[in-house]
Amino acid sequence: MNDVLAYVGRPQPRVDGPLKVTGRARYAAEVAVEGMAYGAVASSAIARGRIRSLHLAAAKAAPGVIAVLSHERDPGLPDEDDPYLKDMGAVPGSPFRPFCDDRIHFSGQPIALVIADSHEHARDAAALITADYDAETPQVDLMAAKAAAYVPPEPRSGIPPPPPPRGDAQAAFAAAPVRLQEDYRVAAEHHNPMETMATTVVWEGDGRLAIHTKTQGVNNPKTYVCAVFGLDPDAVRVISPFVGGAFGMALRPHYDLLLATLAALTLKRSVRLTLTRQQMYTMGWRPDTLHTVALSASEDGRLTSIRHAAVQATSRYEDYQEPTVNWSGLLYACPNVTLSYELAKLDTSTPSDMRAPGAALGLYALEAAMDELASRLKIDPLELRLRNYAERDFNEDKPFSSKELKACYRQGAERFGWDRRRPEPRSMRDGSELVGLGMATGCWEAMMQPHAARATLDAEGRLEVACGTADIGTGAYTILSQIAAEALGLPIERVTAKLGDTTLPKAPVEGGSWGAASAGSAVQAACAALKEKLLAQARGMNGAFANAAIAHARFTADGVALASDPAATVAYADLVRAAGGDGIAAETEFEPDEEFTKKYASYTHSAVFAEVRVDEELGVIRVARLVSAVAAGRILNPATARSQILGGAVMGLGMALHEETVWDATLGRIMNANLGEYHIPSHADAPDIEVIFVDEDDRANPLGVKGLGEIGIVGVAAAIANAVFHATGRRVRHLPITLDKLL
Amino acid sequence: MTPFSYLRAQSLQDAIAALAAEPGSRVIAGGTNLVDLMKYDVEAPRRLVDITRLPLHGVIPTDAGGLRIGALTPNSDLAYHPQAARDYPLLASAILAGASAQLRNAATTGGNLLQRTRCPYFYDVATACNKRAPGSGCSARTGINRNAAILGASEACVATHPSDMCVALAALEAIVHVEGPNGARALPIADLHRLPGDAPERDVTLDRGEIITAVELPSPRFGRHHSYLKLRDRLSYAFALVSVAAALEIAGGRVVTARLALGGVAHKPWRIREAEALLEGAAPSRAAFAEAADRLLQGAVGLGGNDFKIPLARRAIIRALTQAADGAPQSQSRKVIN
Ligand SMILES: Cc1cc2nc3c(=O)[nH]c(=O)nc-3n(C[C@H](O)[C@H](O)[C@H](O)COP(=O)(O)OP(=O)(O)OC[C@H]3O[C@@H](n4cnc5c(N)ncnc54)[C@H](O)[C@@H]3O)c2cc1C
Ligand code: SF4
Repeated sequence: MNDVLAYVGRPQPRVDGPLKVTGRARYAAEVAVEGMAYGAVASSAIARGRIRSLHLAAAKAAPGVIAVLSHERDPGLPDEDDPYLKDMGAVPGSPFRPFCDDRIHFSGQPIALVIADSHEHARDAAALITADYDAETPQVDLMAAKAAAYVPPEPRSGIPPPPPPRGDAQAAFAAAPVRLQEDYRVAAEHHNPMETMATTVVWEGDGRLAIHTKTQGVNNPKTYVCAVFGLDPDAVRVISPFVGGAFGMALRPHYDLLLATLAALTLKRSVRLTLTRQQMYTMGWRPDTLHTVALSASEDGRLTSIRHAAVQATSRYEDYQEPTVNWSGLLYACPNVTLSYELAKLDTSTPSDMRAPGAALGLYALEAAMDELASRLKIDPLELRLRNYAERDFNEDKPFSSKELKACYRQGAERFGWDRRRPEPRSMRDGSELVGLGMATGCWEAMMQPHAARATLDAEGRLEVACGTADIGTGAYTILSQIAAEALGLPIERVTAKLGDTTLPKAPVEGGSWGAASAGSAVQAACAALKEKLLAQARGMNGAFANAAIAHARFTADGVALASDPAATVAYADLVRAAGGDGIAAETEFEPDEEFTKKYASYTHSAVFAEVRVDEELGVIRVARLVSAVAAGRILNPATARSQILGGAVMGLGMALHEETVWDATLGRIMNANLGEYHIPSHADAPDIEVIFVDEDDRANPLGVKGLGEIGIVGVAAAIANAVFHATGRRVRHLPITLDKLL
Repeated sequence: MTPFSYLRAQSLQDAIAALAAEPGSRVIAGGTNLVDLMKYDVEAPRRLVDITRLPLHGVIPTDAGGLRIGALTPNSDLAYHPQAARDYPLLASAILAGASAQLRNAATTGGNLLQRTRCPYFYDVATACNKRAPGSGCSARTGINRNAAILGASEACVATHPSDMCVALAALEAIVHVEGPNGARALPIADLHRLPGDAPERDVTLDRGEIITAVELPSPRFGRHHSYLKLRDRLSYAFALVSVAAALEIAGGRVVTARLALGGVAHKPWRIREAEALLEGAAPSRAAFAEAADRLLQGAVGLGGNDFKIPLARRAIIRALTQAADGAPQSQSRKVIN
């Protein structure tokens, strides 16, 4: 090991920061090539029915228009499901296939694509496209649709259905002295990343395509377009080095990719297609979900039963699923648990993963119910959680690889000043404001995926690490650079990380918070393999190294040295030259340890504390303070890690108080599809947020890392809603809590 | 967006003539509303007449002891203008309650007066909307109407006027100066915006070709007892669900003059002289404020989604009047409501 340059675990400014703030980082919609054409999508005005006729003449005659594509003249896209199911994020059902027929599945569905010589011409022409429809009455109201709710016949790959019941929850509930059953609901949300979906397809001739697209993993769009268009994988490269936020919406390919590729192949030229902000609301959303939670407990606050039933919206054509209720069997020790999960169909596009899919919703409901139970029992909400602390994953009956949630509770409560809380609601005030303190628990699975990575050292002693994963703004470039710099003993300025390109070593999509653990472990392994190679090379060049094992070697900024004799050094330049090439490279594949994951359950945890101020008369809510104490294994970079938790906390605050996608029930149309009317928290809404990382020693991977992308949002909405109850004595069980709900 | 031609007016006469000559012409000032509407294909002017080079800038004291605000004065310049901020703090506060700093820098005084409703159907050309497409119907009446009017609405349209600045101008009884093909005229702000009636496509009483040149404020009276209280769905950067501009003159423990206007509740800033008169002559008290609130809200009706605005407005009026009477106006940067 070397101890000269320690990067891992220290706050390191983002290595890609300067590129981003100076505009040199090129996003998918910013790639420009000679002779490029521009696309614009015309969208459906209705939510359900058929297109009787499309009026394209005006658009075709508009200035600069090169072509208009639609279902009317079959553009040649396959009309069976199979190729589209090659999308690694596909869910059970029949994937949306634009331009296949005259059917309208959701409002805003693409009905035509205009290709023109400029973005403006394309957009102007698209605005001229109208259609006559045979409209049918759409259903977008989950309350109404839930009458036809069903258990998904086919589970979504990788998403465990609820575990089987344990004990007898119904009997235990009936026999319990303290009981509670309530309905909860969180409004539908959209991801609203800053960058809209965009694809630039560069026509390189000979059928070769370089596709720049917004994605959370380049290999998925590549597999998808190759399957849909029957392309030779060797002729397609997908590039996406920078992603302006995604939060899950760019896990699956969307119609920008499909239509831009269609246009490029049809016209045999380069095409760029950018979607509008409004069109960002025609794909992927956090599904509207109805929860019923029933809890029972003994007088001293031991849970005797937990039941959690959820009905979640999905589209007519696909069964999107997320693990919404499973958390309720995991978070607390309880002998009797029944969980159920059903879907109900709406005439909308298919929902998609959105930051902490399932957990953000399910744990809101459970943790709001726990707060109600605490208040009924007259037990402190934090104390109630401690009394029911789970030392084991009872869903799978396994021990945890590590679980420092108690430390989160303790440290969070201390920093927050939880002991100031008076038990009675409406008992704390400050001037005209009621003060409320609330808390909740967060939990997210610590997952890993196979990842490959390559490390290459050149003659100048510069190290490049490469992995096909994505940095969607989380800081992957930075932590991978830190890991590599430390492994080779190099200053970080000499390290470059390359991501987001199908020519790089293979990685799956970046999601589920597995990036740091998986890509990090892969990079670390590649660096270890590179060190072996460098040492082997040194052995042949300097007799002093003849018997040196890796433990005897030191890797420094200058070269490989012997720990016992630092004077014996072989310079990197000499190593590379002797190896006869531009550099020495090692590529490895990281595979999660199956044995370990079979034996242990691995989760991140958090304790979230919120202080709210509510104007009693007007219902105006301010979140004054949030404290989030997180146990997530080893923290590679406290600066970027903190940012992840801050972002999650603000998003959770949005879920609690602001965010809501609003449909017109008759039209089946989203009426606030813009950032002016879809409210995400503004700066004025974002309070002081304190982040604590508690020490947690985990062995699931060599880095000891669990991942941080999602845990930051989980529990936040419940903590705030619970604080609003504490302040006002009013339980609002339908988020967001807008002021009218408190009047 | 549909292609349009563009004329940079060199003189006011130029601009007026250009507007009168071509029916599809529209004035563009800051563009923060008009350009959005063009991008949404809600407005498709054939010609834009850019008035930003005309000499309509500046905030000048009038002989009557008031202020004359050029129509092109940016919202932020007005809010931070020393004399305006000192003598008309209610106006400055209302301006700062609106939009964002960037928008206020670009938005002009004239444009703010003539900004169009934020009814979601008005912005979506795939839906029926009498204001956008007369005769097509009103989707908001039975649809999403959380932000719709509770006062002065018609069968044809239930939209609200979204401006904050205008609510303060209504309370301050500003005069709007316009100039058109038939010369110059001045009208009280109360006569500028109209109720929707059966012609909701017309927001204002201006004639074709008329340009707002200035807004004039009478001599200041409410430097001490005033408050602009805005309630919205987040603490900044959202349109008002309900807003209140309250201004009082108090002497010898009695209200001498009262001005009270509501935003977010009607097709225009809502003001009823009798409601104000109820306050005048009386000592400021919660009971008096409640009585004025009830008078101002008389006839208010909800459509479902906006029912909450009626009790909310009542409470907001009482609160704003309390703040005004106490000489403790609502701060627009500190988010605690005092
Ligand atoms: C996201 C967002 C949030 C906002 N939030 C708020 C808010 O909270 N509160 C609030 O009050 N406002 C808010 N606004 C609206 C903003 O105040 C207006 O867009 C702005 O005041 C319009 O001024 P402008 O100069 O840009 O007008 P423009 O967009 O240039 O013009 C608007 C209209 O006025 C006409 N016009 C302009 N000047 C003249 C003139 N001198 N004579 C005749 N006609 C003229 C134009 O033809 C056009 O019809 C918001 C706007 C946005 C985009
Ligand atoms: S309220 Fe007015 S603006 Fe809104 S849909 Fe109805 S007519 Fe159109």
